Amino acid sequence: MQTAPSATSPRRRHDLDRRNLSWYVDKVVQVLVFVGGASAIVFIIGIFVFISKEGYGFIAHTMDVAEFFTSPRWAPTSEHNPTYGALALIVGTASVTGLAMLVAVPFSLGAAIFIAEFARGKTREILKVMVELLAAIPSVVWGFIGLSILNPLIIDLFDVPVGLGILNSGLILGLMAAPIMTTIAEDALKAVPDHYREAAEALGATRWQVTRRVVLPAARNGLVAAVLLGVGRGFGETMAVLMASGHSVNLPTSVFDSVRALTATIAAELGETAHGSDHYSALFTLGILLFVVTFVINLTADLVIRGIRKK
Amino acid sequence: MVGAAVRTEPPPTPMVAVSDLSIHYDGVPALEGVSLEIRRNEIFGIIGPANSGKTSFLRALNRMDDFTRGMQVGGRVLVDGHDVRRVRNVYALRSRIGVVFPLPVGLPMSVYDNVALSPRLGGIRGKAKLDVIVERCLRRAALWDEVKDRLKSLGSLLSGGQQQRLTIARALSQEPDILLLDEFSIAVDPVTTMRIEDVLKELRDELTIVLVTNLVQQARRLADRTAFFLGGRCVEILPTEEMFTGTVQDPRTREYVEGRFG
Repeated sequence: MQTAPSATSPRRRHDLDRRNLSWYVDKVVQVLVFVGGASAIVFIIGIFVFISKEGYGFIAHTMDVAEFFTSPRWAPTSEHNPTYGALALIVGTASVTGLAMLVAVPFSLGAAIFIAEFARGKTREILKVMVELLAAIPSVVWGFIGLSILNPLIIDLFDVPVGLGILNSGLILGLMAAPIMTTIAEDALKAVPDHYREAAEALGATRWQVTRRVVLPAARNGLVAAVLLGVGRGFGETMAVLMASGHSVNLPTSVFDSVRALTATIAAELGETAHGSDHYSALFTLGILLFVVTFVINLTADLVIRGIRKK
Repeated sequence: MVGAAVRTEPPPTPMVAVSDLSIHYDGVPALEGVSLEIRRNEIFGIIGPANSGKTSFLRALNRMDDFTRGMQVGGRVLVDGHDVRRVRNVYALRSRIGVVFPLPVGLPMSVYDNVALSPRLGGIRGKAKLDVIVERCLRRAALWDEVKDRLKSLGSLLSGGQQQRLTIARALSQEPDILLLDEFSIAVDPVTTMRIEDVLKELRDELTIVLVTNLVQQARRLADRTAFFLGGRCVEILPTEEMFTGTVQDPRTREYVEGRFG
């Protein structure tokens, strides 16, 4: 039986050389998304050029590279002998971020695994909302908590004169970074297809065995990304650290010691410097340092992830 | 002649005994009032059109409903005499039942680790022991020759047909009593399908196989007995040859088997 091309549905004739509306819409969208993508590159280069320009005066004329990286003396406002040693600031940022990660990594991975793999139904939904709410707390509030709650608590518990320091700001920063890390890590776990879980469960694997042997290895890239995002957050956080770290230039010898972070230094001092002065451009040099470190962290993350993927 | 020999003496206790099984998804019935027995060491075929409840039936056997949201199971399922609702260690139950899913699932780990996963879960460590198990299972799944030089590469990088045989090797590594195959040949080429079918025929001596298939002829080639599912009910169960040679009682079975359906 054959049905002849009926009169009710005539075959539409396409003119192969006529560009129609969809063709133009496609072209316009292509240009728009290209602009969007390119703008990221433009901005990053723009920012780098700007801070380099502002920091150039210091780097070219005043900066003593050895002093900058090895001296703990940051005294740019000294009348007679201003010194620009950033070691204490670098150590301050690194120690606070390190402690924060010690706190945040187990917390956030644990929370993410619980939410993604073990919690069901209502529990899961409520927890997710809570974690997202937690991520939305402004950093100044965290700083306030460090100042007014954690500070007296540390003084009482450990019998130390001041509760502002690495311990306080590390805890605060850890708690602050944990929710966003949890969210990213949970997304990574959720991206592992369910049929992997089913296949493993069908083999008789318990929930924890499924998680440890199948889900975690499969989500490795995303989990590494979550942790590094947390590190970046710790490095860049300013307000909470400024409030909870004690903000004194100091090479710490214990977790109770007060430290000063790179970011907090810039925030606290920039407003009081004369535009174009050594002090001003020294602060921008700290900015360049932060920029480079963040860039290296991201690059490492990228390489690590690629390395894992290749295996 | 095509077709498997029909076994005559039914052994004392059936491997699987299902009575009045019903399955709902969020209240929508998928399977209703199914009662049947699967004998030891037989290949039990299940045929039927889409949405007839075949896959749901399989999922109830090893309690996969536990991780399917909204799936409710009523009735009773006995596996080797144990009520699956009441077993205290569901993981032990599942480890005795191998499952091969319609789409191959190469877990994102090496070929070797895919097959060694289940023995490792069971606490087998030593590399020598695992090597033996991995090689044996891959050989039996007709995959060894193709992957023996790339055991370290990712299981998910194998071709579809190879992954499906990998899945079968993984299921065999459990040393299961029952093997559930859910339309295993969907992603496999005809030549490989034939090779896997040969493997299944050999396996019949050691275990019980439940074969859900869309290919009526595959059931005919492999199954000792075949059940016809339609609209969530088991229409009838017959020795496979009878189903294809005309002694069916229900006209719908004949229509489906002869391809005059839907």
